[in-house]
Amino acid sequence: MSLWATLNRNVFKRTSTFAVAVAGGTFFFERTFELISVSLFENINKGKLWKDIKDKYE
Amino acid sequence: MAAAVGRICGARLLKNYGIVAPQVCQLSTSAKGWTKNRKLWLSTLGVVGGGVGALLFALEQSVQASGTEAHPYHQPWSHDGWFKSFDHASVRRGYEVYKQVCKACHSLQYIAYRNLVDVTHTEEQAKAEAAEVMVKDGPDEEGNYFERPGKLSDYFPSPYPNENAARAANNGAYPPDLSLIVSGRKGGEDYIFALLTGYVEAPAGVVLREGQNYNPYFPGGAISMAQVLFDEAAEYTDGTPATASQMAKDVATFLRWCSEPELDDRRLMTIKAIGMFSMLAAVVYYYKRHKWSSLKSRKLAYKPVSKK
Repeated sequence: MSLWATLNRNVFKRTSTFAVAVAGGTFFFERTFELISVSLFENINKGKLWKDIKDKYE
Repeated sequence: MAAAVGRICGARLLKNYGIVAPQVCQLSTSAKGWTKNRKLWLSTLGVVGGGVGALLFALEQSVQASGTEAHPYHQPWSHDGWFKSFDHASVRRGYEVYKQVCKACHSLQYIAYRNLVDVTHTEEQAKAEAAEVMVKDGPDEEGNYFERPGKLSDYFPSPYPNENAARAANNGAYPPDLSLIVSGRKGGEDYIFALLTGYVEAPAGVVLREGQNYNPYFPGGAISMAQVLFDEAAEYTDGTPATASQMAKDVATFLRWCSEPELDDRRLMTIKAIGMFSMLAAVVYYYKRHKWSSLKSRKLAYKPVSKK
């Protein structure tokens, strides 16, 4: 039994479990996506952002 | 107008074609194409629309070329580009220049001291900056207005109580509010930089009135603001040499921040939008192929009607 078939039978077939899977998946997807985007942004702008320079002024 | 729209779209606009009919129409030779009238209307619309667009573009270009003022040179700003944030050290230096030089005449009424927190200053530093100015408040319990040291929630105080006072103090010229000046002037921060560093002697033939100066980047050339940025005109707390061009660059960056404080967030949103939309595009592409696979791979055969 492949993983996909197991998942399909146990989660996606029933609406209640499918809704839970959607909600949970959204949570983890959003967190990962946010982390990746922010780290990209901060890498591109390293040394220019306030969090990089605030130590100089304290 | 309504008649024209009706002629172009006709009843077709509201007609329900069903799901398969459009594809069958495309595949079948018996389907009728556009009527001649409709083709004529559509092509007229296209030609007129394109012509008006081209005319507007040409007019805009010629207006740019017809003025007497010099066009500001484009500078390599550190926040230029899809993903580039502000250089916050530069914004902080720009604030220092504003405080020491520009503030004498120009207001910045839409920026509050709380806006500086975590952008150019820590909370304590911003509080200290606010406490340096006196703000009019009131009425108190007895109905009197009074002055108190500024708080984080206070907006930057204006140097003049109103526009008439500002004009009276400046030879009739009103020093504009700087909150949105970078968005409000053609050329943006390039214009601010060019204007601040572009003062020259008036060329022969240009007559300036009392108190006016010549600046080729200012529309008309005669500007009431005198050159204010000279080397060492302001002092930087971080030890950067305060040359005139350094100060002009920093204050232009600061004013861009004043006009668009959300720029950093927008740059981050660009990254997120590209990520999100590329994922969605992949899904949509797959879904389109999936839905069209049966339509693309089928054949229609017509059975000729036998004439008997």
